[in-house]
Amino acid sequence: MSTLMRTTLVEARLFLREPTAAILGVLSPTLILLALGAIPTLREPSEEYDGARFVELWAPSALVLGIGVIALQHIPGVLATYREHGVLRRLSTTPVHPVKLLLAQLLVGLAACVVAGALVVVTAWLVLDVPLPRHPWTFLAAFGVGFGAVLALGTLIAAVAPSSRVAGGLATLVYMVVMFAGGVFLPRFLMPDALVRMGDYTPPGVQGLLTAWSDHPGVLATVGAQSGSTRLVQLAIMAGVAIVAGAAAAKLFRWE
Amino acid sequence: MAIIAVENLHKRYGRTVAVDDVSFAVEEGEIFGILGPNGAGKTTTVESITGLRRPDRGSITVLGLDPQRDRAELRQRVGVQLQQSRLQEKITVSEALALYSSYYQHPADWRELLDGLGLADQRNTRYGKLSGGQQQRLSIALALVGSPTVAVLDELTTGLDPQARRDTWDLIEQVRASGVTIVLVTHFMDEAERLCDRLALIDSGRVAALDTPAGLIARAGREQRVRFTPSTPLDDALLTDLDEVTSVRRGGGQVIVTGTGDLLHALTSVLARNRIVAHDLRIEHASLDDAFVALTGRSHH
Repeated sequence: MSTLMRTTLVEARLFLREPTAAILGVLSPTLILLALGAIPTLREPSEEYDGARFVELWAPSALVLGIGVIALQHIPGVLATYREHGVLRRLSTTPVHPVKLLLAQLLVGLAACVVAGALVVVTAWLVLDVPLPRHPWTFLAAFGVGFGAVLALGTLIAAVAPSSRVAGGLATLVYMVVMFAGGVFLPRFLMPDALVRMGDYTPPGVQGLLTAWSDHPGVLATVGAQSGSTRLVQLAIMAGVAIVAGAAAAKLFRWE
Repeated sequence: MAIIAVENLHKRYGRTVAVDDVSFAVEEGEIFGILGPNGAGKTTTVESITGLRRPDRGSITVLGLDPQRDRAELRQRVGVQLQQSRLQEKITVSEALALYSSYYQHPADWRELLDGLGLADQRNTRYGKLSGGQQQRLSIALALVGSPTVAVLDELTTGLDPQARRDTWDLIEQVRASGVTIVLVTHFMDEAERLCDRLALIDSGRVAALDTPAGLIARAGREQRVRFTPSTPLDDALLTDLDEVTSVRRGGGQVIVTGTGDLLHALTSVLARNRIVAHDLRIEHASLDDAFVALTGRSHH
């Protein structure tokens, strides 16, 4: 087995041994969406959204919430603790390359995000009657690059923060921006237009996710239909953020 | 050829000079001790040897490699045990060993290490649940899991109870017997005296002395101390008249005589002539502790 595979497996086991991260990151989006769906007005078509339903509009934001926890709370926290406890210092005396440790964290985070995402999509479909993504490939692409970008930002913070306090501070700042742009705190249709447009281009790109998920005219009217080229620009921006942040994380990684 | 050669090493952090001028060579198969008080520059020296720090001046070769330029190769062949470095709290002993062995091209059999270090019963225990001694043994196992040619062990037994320390010392002797050259950083005199073939005594960033433990002790002076309880009252002059005796003191009902040469023989002869029996007689030789004080002019604590 390769070093990367083994490191990833060990880190995956360690992730599962931290019940808070697993529960908050993986299960909470589904639980919150179900809780909101239990309120009749939120799961019924509304005039306000041109006949679309709140749960349908908010489902991608539930994903942002969970993935934000994994990418921007869990990963920077874990690596900052490793740095403080000398785990990284110990590793730096071995032949292993730091990029493998970062990649392992990224892979574990991505796997947790995929599980969290699948849970939300399937639960929304089975319980709340939200249709499965209409454009599955576009949805997967938007999901991959969007959350890849958030994960890469989290890994970048983890790579450079000298202490868990700094890591926590930086991560919380980015977390707030991502949550806000992702419409977690304030549903996007209540936000000023300029902020919404900014949010379209801020990782993880909720608009792209939503328009790939739903064809409902009400949804499209509320979030704004996208032309194919806008969609491509958004995907390219997310991919760019993911690559730049990921490369910077690998380059700037500090053992101590 | 020396396995490790350090020449005129100099390293400063800001305005603090950590290592001023350190040179020494470590031969194949020996246990080489780096001894000195806290803050003397021991850790900086070994961090430079293992490539963790870039020296400001001086040259270092380890196994013919430059620790900065040949980092990758060096890491394959030098095992390091660092002070103040922990593992992931929830990783188990066997997970850690299997993981670390995957980093090396020619790893040792980690299951054998597990048995050899007495950790077989803890194989599924998480790191955070191990005792201090067990954590230390795991740390040593990780330093050896890559089958290194050289092992650098920093503050090996700090925080261990007396039994665990002795077990660790036995272990280090076994490792050396298997052909590994060992650099041992310590501030424990008894540890250095027991384990090391040669010692570099580092003080204020410089090598104050470099010798075998016995050689260092001899340098501290050949003075011995004999203490005993005389069977009948004793006139000091009887002893101070002897050439071998330098001083006579009394304390706790005992007579304490210091001197050089064949002190014990001279003493027992004169006591026998005067029909005095020496009860509870003890001889105290100079220790590495005394050598340390003599060579650095201060106590190491």
